[in-house]
Amino acid sequence: MKNSFDYFLKILFWTILQVFLYVIWTKAINPGNLIIIGLFALASSMIFAKNLPLPSFAVKKLIYFLIYIPFMFKEIIKANIDVALRVIKPVIPLNPGIISVQTKLKSKIGRMILANSITLTPGTLSVDIKDDTLYIHCIDLTGIDEKNAGEKIISNFEKYLEVIYG
Amino acid sequence: MEWLKITGAVIALIGSIFLFLGALGVLRMPDVYNRMQAGTKATTLGTILTLFGIGLYKLDWIGQIIMLIIFIAVTNPLSSHALSRAAHYSGIKLIKTSIRDDLQKTENIDKEKDK
Repeated sequence: MKNSFDYFLKILFWTILQVFLYVIWTKAINPGNLIIIGLFALASSMIFAKNLPLPSFAVKKLIYFLIYIPFMFKEIIKANIDVALRVIKPVIPLNPGIISVQTKLKSKIGRMILANSITLTPGTLSVDIKDDTLYIHCIDLTGIDEKNAGEKIISNFEKYLEVIYG
Repeated sequence: MEWLKITGAVIALIGSIFLFLGALGVLRMPDVYNRMQAGTKATTLGTILTLFGIGLYKLDWIGQIIMLIIFIAVTNPLSSHALSRAAHYSGIKLIKTSIRDDLQKTENIDKEKDK
C-alpha cells in the first residue's frame, strides 16, 4: 500500500515539475496547450518514475538547502576575485599540487554536489573521486600541512551536505 | 524602469569583465589543471552575471534566465571535472613546480597490484 502511494506521489511531483518548467519556458498558458503538455509529462513520468527519486521535503533539509545556496554564491564570488587577482599579476603566484581527502558523505548525489562545490571554491578543482577519497588540485599549497591537508577545504561544505543528503 | 535597465547593463558589464579575465587566465596559466581552474570559475560567475544582467534589462525573460542560470551552475563544474580527470588519466603531467600529486601515487600502487 505504501509503495503504491509513493509511486503516485512520485508521478504527481515529476509531472507538476515538468509542466511548471514548460510554462516558465514558453509562457503558454492557454488550456489546450496545458492539457497536451500535461498528458506528455504524465506519460514520461510514468515511464521513468521507477528510476527517479522522490525528493524529501523535511523542514530541516529545506532550511539547510536555503542557507547553502547563498553560502555557495559567496564562495563563487570569492573564487572569482581570487582568480582575477592571480591572473592580472605580472608573475602568477603558483604552488600547485594534487591532494587527497576522505569524505564522510555516504550518498552518491551528495558526493557529486560536494565535488562540484569544491570545483567552484577558491583555488581548488576536484580531479577524481574514488569511493570516499576525493583528489583535489590546489592552485596554492603554501600553508597547508601534510597531514589533514584537505580537511579545511571540505569541512565547510560537509556541514551542510551531511544534513541535506546524508 | 530606467534605473533597472542601468543596473542590468552594469551587471552584464561586470560579468563580461570576469569572462575576459577567465580567457586571460586560460592564456597565461602554465598547465592544464591551472588553466581549468581559471576557465571554470571565471566562466561560471561571468555567465551567471551576464545572463542576470540581461534578465534585469528585459524583465520578460527573467523566468527563462533563471532556468539557464541553474543549468549552467550545475553543469559547468561537472564538465571541468570530466576534462581534468580525462587529462590526468591520459598521462598529462602537472607543471614541474608542483609540490605533490597524490592521485599519481594511488595510480602507481594500482599498477603494481595489477602486475
